[in-house]
Amino acid sequence: MSDSAISAPRRRRVSAAGQAGIALVLAWVALAVFGPYLAPYRAGDVVNAGVFAPMSAAHPFGTDYLGRDMLSRILYGARYTVGVAMVATVLACMGGIALGILSAVRRGWTDSVLGRAADALISIPHLMFALVVVAAFGTSLPVLILMAAISYVPGSYRFARALALDINAMDFIEVARARGERSAYVVWAEILPNMIAPLLTDFGLRFVFVVLLLSGLSFLGLGIQPPNADWGALVRENITGIYEAAPAVLVPAVAIAVLTISVTLLIDGFSGRARAMVR
Amino acid sequence: MLMLGMIVRRVLGGLLTLLLVSVVVFVGTNILPGDATEAILGQSVSPEAVAGLRKALGLDLPAHERYLRWLAGLLSGDPGVSLINRLPVAQLIGPRFANSLLLTALTAAVAVPLALLIGITTAIWRGTLYDRVANVTAVSLVAVPEFLLATVGVMLFAVQLHWVSALAKPSIGSFTEALQNFTLPVLTLCFAVTAQMARMTRAALLGVLDSSYIEMARLKGVRPARLVLHHALRNAAGPIANAVALNLSSLLGGVIIVEVIFSYPGLAKLAVDAVETRDMPLVQACAMIFCATFMLLVLVADVCSILSNPRLRTR
Repeated sequence: MSDSAISAPRRRRVSAAGQAGIALVLAWVALAVFGPYLAPYRAGDVVNAGVFAPMSAAHPFGTDYLGRDMLSRILYGARYTVGVAMVATVLACMGGIALGILSAVRRGWTDSVLGRAADALISIPHLMFALVVVAAFGTSLPVLILMAAISYVPGSYRFARALALDINAMDFIEVARARGERSAYVVWAEILPNMIAPLLTDFGLRFVFVVLLLSGLSFLGLGIQPPNADWGALVRENITGIYEAAPAVLVPAVAIAVLTISVTLLIDGFSGRARAMVR
Repeated sequence: MLMLGMIVRRVLGGLLTLLLVSVVVFVGTNILPGDATEAILGQSVSPEAVAGLRKALGLDLPAHERYLRWLAGLLSGDPGVSLINRLPVAQLIGPRFANSLLLTALTAAVAVPLALLIGITTAIWRGTLYDRVANVTAVSLVAVPEFLLATVGVMLFAVQLHWVSALAKPSIGSFTEALQNFTLPVLTLCFAVTAQMARMTRAALLGVLDSSYIEMARLKGVRPARLVLHHALRNAAGPIANAVALNLSSLLGGVIIVEVIFSYPGLAKLAVDAVETRDMPLVQACAMIFCATFMLLVLVADVCSILSNPRLRTR
């Protein structure tokens, strides 16, 4: 029923790439939750293997620039990379969906004002927005989360608004209103349930971009600060290992790529024709 | 006439948005109490010295007056003075901006033809193994962080093979020197942009290929390659130009990472350094240049779609 509201025809069948994606994403979430319990060492422990040690049985990902076990660093970092990005994405999408539906249902000046504000925010490249915010407010965790969330609200808003406009114009909404249902009921019971599937796809894509934004910021040294480290910060602190081909540089970067690629493939598998627009 | 009206409206809308962006940037960087005097003088100075400097910098004025002054300065090409080395911001930005333009222009020169080639060939051979492999590769590449591509590139080609340098200098004295300096940064930037651009080019072509006049031509026995190149490409030119401009705008994020990795003296590296030293006038000016460039590309994308829509070509 909701399918006619969405322009792209969707396949029910989940492709092989999509199945692989589901398995990988579950693995990543488990890693973020249980990572620190699985880690053989604590994140700050210096082990007896020298700095930038290569891969070995005792230290599967080698050691970092201070001689700490990389596997443990990665497992601890999963909380920041997966967890922080997840919280920021949830906030961005909740804000975007609420404002988007408000715009679509209210129309009029609410719609114009919100639309203008979204236009302005979306015209600031995400990483540049992050730089301005960090310059002004520093790099504490709440600032990073809010910054990423606000940066991605406009995209979510536009997507949700377009969906809600489509659905709002359909007959069953007309029927509900003619029945005398209140706006809150129409939004909650009629519009929202019909938006869920495309919104999930949108959530996944946005999560990928938030991960890339936050790890990019950490890579620049302007994200999560030492002694804590997400995977982007791990790449940064071990960057000198590049001249010794140390696994400490590559492993965290590859970890980010595997995370983002698996989520992207999952979405691609679900939605068949993934939305070409990225923002 | 209709078309001209739409373009004019789009340009005016863009200018209004840019004005809003300038408010966001100004308010964002001025909202906290600690101001420039602290950054210049340090915290243990006499109140008289602080007051004097505040007056000299115009910080004693109310916020809206400072905003108007700043905006007027931006428009007249004088966005203030750096807090760190006291040089005019315009003087710091000038050469850096040119370097960044060089890097992005070289990237565009490689990425755009490559993306068109891949997009068009995948549309011709749609559904084949080549198409599917290209699609999965493109989807994956969009999700890869630039610093992974860059570190792998440096490890392979700079550290192991010694083919190119791990640092990029903005000089193209000779062909080999240009290759040495620009191969890695340009390739790093190309990957994600090319992938996304190729996907959108393919999608634009497929959108046209689904229309009935193409069905007609197909039934008449026109070969797939001719169908795409001769019949579909012309009508997909607008959406494709739109895709090219939109994706070039996404380069602006990648440039920030790449310039830092390769220590390339461009505008983005300057902005990151300014954030580290909290040099607000410099941060503001860099942010505004980035946003203006970004909006210009989006505007070009919009105008391309308007110009290519035959329904608007009425007289």
